[in-house]
Amino acid sequence: MSSAYASIDRTSDKLRREITTPEGISLPVAIAPFGTRVGALILDLIIFTTATTIILIVLGLLGLQVFGLTGGGPMAEFLIVLAILFLFCSRYAYFLFFELGPRGATPGKRLLGIRIASRDGGRLRVESVIARNLMRDFELFLPWQFFFMALSGEGGIFTLAAAVWFLIFAFFPLFNRDRMRGGDLIAGTWVIETRNTKLASAMSLEESAEGNYQFGEAELAVYGEFELKTLERVLRDNNSEALEKVAETIGEKIGLTSPPGDERQYLQDFYAQLRARLERDMRFGKRKKDKFS
Amino acid sequence: MKPLTRLFRKAEAEAPADIEAASLRSDRFRLERETDWRRLERIVTELEKNRTRRLTDEDVLDLPVLYRSAASSLAVARETSLDASTLAYLETLVRRAWFQIYGPRSSLWDWLRRFFGGGWSASVRAIWLDICIALAVMSAGVLVGWLLTAQDSDWYNALVPGGLAGARHPGAERAVLEQSLQGASNSNGLSVFASYLFSNNATVCILAFALGFAFGIPSLLMLVYNLAGLGAMLWLFHDAGLTVDFIAWLSIHGTTELFAILLAGAAGLHIGRSMALPGNRSIMTAIAESGRRTAQVMVGVVLMLIVAALLEGFARQLIDNTPGRFAIGGTMLAFWLLYFFAFRRKGAGGEA
Repeated sequence: MSSAYASIDRTSDKLRREITTPEGISLPVAIAPFGTRVGALILDLIIFTTATTIILIVLGLLGLQVFGLTGGGPMAEFLIVLAILFLFCSRYAYFLFFELGPRGATPGKRLLGIRIASRDGGRLRVESVIARNLMRDFELFLPWQFFFMALSGEGGIFTLAAAVWFLIFAFFPLFNRDRMRGGDLIAGTWVIETRNTKLASAMSLEESAEGNYQFGEAELAVYGEFELKTLERVLRDNNSEALEKVAETIGEKIGLTSPPGDERQYLQDFYAQLRARLERDMRFGKRKKDKFS
Repeated sequence: MKPLTRLFRKAEAEAPADIEAASLRSDRFRLERETDWRRLERIVTELEKNRTRRLTDEDVLDLPVLYRSAASSLAVARETSLDASTLAYLETLVRRAWFQIYGPRSSLWDWLRRFFGGGWSASVRAIWLDICIALAVMSAGVLVGWLLTAQDSDWYNALVPGGLAGARHPGAERAVLEQSLQGASNSNGLSVFASYLFSNNATVCILAFALGFAFGIPSLLMLVYNLAGLGAMLWLFHDAGLTVDFIAWLSIHGTTELFAILLAGAAGLHIGRSMALPGNRSIMTAIAESGRRTAQVMVGVVLMLIVAALLEGFARQLIDNTPGRFAIGGTMLAFWLLYFFAFRRKGAGGEA
C-alpha cells in the first residue's frame, strides 16, 4: 500500500494532464513515460513471439506427425495457407483484442501499469484502436522487414533508409508533449498510467479522541498543505527512523519537542490538529500551500 | 495510545460504522461514503477482469449512480479535505470507473456488424473526394507507365519487378505472352499463392495508408509507381495484340484489388489532406477524425484484398476464357460500387 501511495507524486509535472469527464469533473492523468512504453512493447513482443512460435510449431508438427505430410498434398497446402494467414492476422488480433478489452491495454502495458485512452476524454472507439495498430505496422514491423530485406539484398543506401525510417518513428514520442507515437496521433489516443490506489485507513481514527499533545495556534501556523502531505506519508510509511527525524525537525521548528520514544503519537496529534486547522481555513477559502506562503 | 487499542481501532476502520470516532470532519465525510466507494471499486474491478457474471443486475444498474456520487465526492473532497491518500484513491477510482463507463462499449463483433451494415460504405462515401483524386493519380500512373515503355522498352524492367514479370518481358514471343495468360491446368499450390498475394498486397495497402502521415504525397507516389508497372505491362500486351485478353486476365481480380489499392491510397491522402487543411478544427482533432474514418476504410480494404486473393489464386487460374473473366471481374466491380454508393442505411455510420 505505502509504496503505491508514495509513487503518486513521483510523476514529473511535465507529464501531468487533466481530462474533463462528461460530468465536468477534471481528472488528473499522467502520461506514460517513453521508457515505460518501450518496456511494454518489448514485453508484448516477447509474449507475442513466443505464442506465435508455439502455434506455428504445433501447426508444423501437426503437418509432419499427424498427417504424415512431407511433400505436398492438399492438407499440407491448407496448413501453409493457415500459417501465412496466421502470421499476418496474429499481430493485429493480439493488439486489437487486448486494447479493445475493458483494460484498454495489451498484457505488456498492463504489467507496466499503462493503458490507452481517448485524448478528448470521450469514449475509446474501435476505429481508433484499429488506426493506431495499422500505424504500428508501418512504424515498427515494416521498417525492420525492409531493413533485413535490404541487408540481404542491395544493402547500402536501403539499409540506411530503413534504419532512418525506423528511428524517426521510434523517437517520435519524444518530440511531442503528450508522448504520442504516430499511431496515437492518427487515432486521437494517448497512453496514460493507471495505478491502483488502495484506500488507506482514515488518519484521525488512529489518534486518541482527547489527544496527548496540544498545539497552539502559533505552532500550527508554521506549516502548510505540502508539509501536511509529507507528514501524512511519513506516518503511513511508519518507519521509526523517519518518524524520529521528522519529530525532531518539527519540534525544533515550533519549539515544542516530543519526548523521546513517543514520536509517533506526537506526530499523529500534530498531524490531526494541523489538518483540522488547515481544513477549517480551507472552508473559509484560505489555503496555505506550504510553509513559505 | 496502547498498541492493543490501536489494533482494535484499525479493525474498526474497516467497518465504517465508527464514523463518530473520527475527530476530523473530512475523515467523517470520507467514512460516511466509504462503503459506496468500495462497492464501486468492486464492480469496476470485476468489469476490468471481464467477469460480468459475478455482478448482479443491481450492481450494473447502480454503477452510473455510484460513479456520479464518487465523482461528486471527489469534487467536494478537493475543496474540503487535505487527506492526500483519500484524494489519490478517489481520483484513481473515478478514473477507473470512467474508463468502464466510457470505455469501448461495443465488442469487436458488434462493431463488425455495424461495419458491414453501413459503417464501411458510409466511411467510403465520406472520402469521395480523395477517391476521385487517387483515381486520377492512378490513371495518370498507368498512362505514364504506358508512355515511358512505349518510348523506350528498357523502362519496362525498371517499372515491373523481376519476380512479377516472369516470362513477360519485352521482346517475348506472342505465344509466350499468350501462354502466361492461360489458367493453370491443376489447382495445386494455388491457395498458397493466394495467401501469399494477400499478405503482400495488404502490406502495400497499409503502407499507402500510413504514408498519408507525410501529407499524403508518398501515398500518391506509391500509387503512381504501382500503376506505372501496370501501364507498362498493358503496353507490352498491347504490342503483342493481346490487349483484350490481358485486361480480362487482369480484371477478374483486378477490379477488386485495384479498388482496394485505390481506397487505401485515398485513405492515406485523406489523412494527409486533413493534416494540411484542417479547416476550422485543430490539427490534432482533424487528424484524429480522419484517422478514425479511414481506419474503417482500411479494415474494408483488407477484406477486399482477401476476396481479391481468392479470385486471383483460384478463379483466374481456373477460368481461362476471356468472356468468363470479364463477367466475374465486372460483377465484382458492380457489386463494390453498389455496396459503397447505393447501399445507404439510415443512421448507419453516424458514430464514425
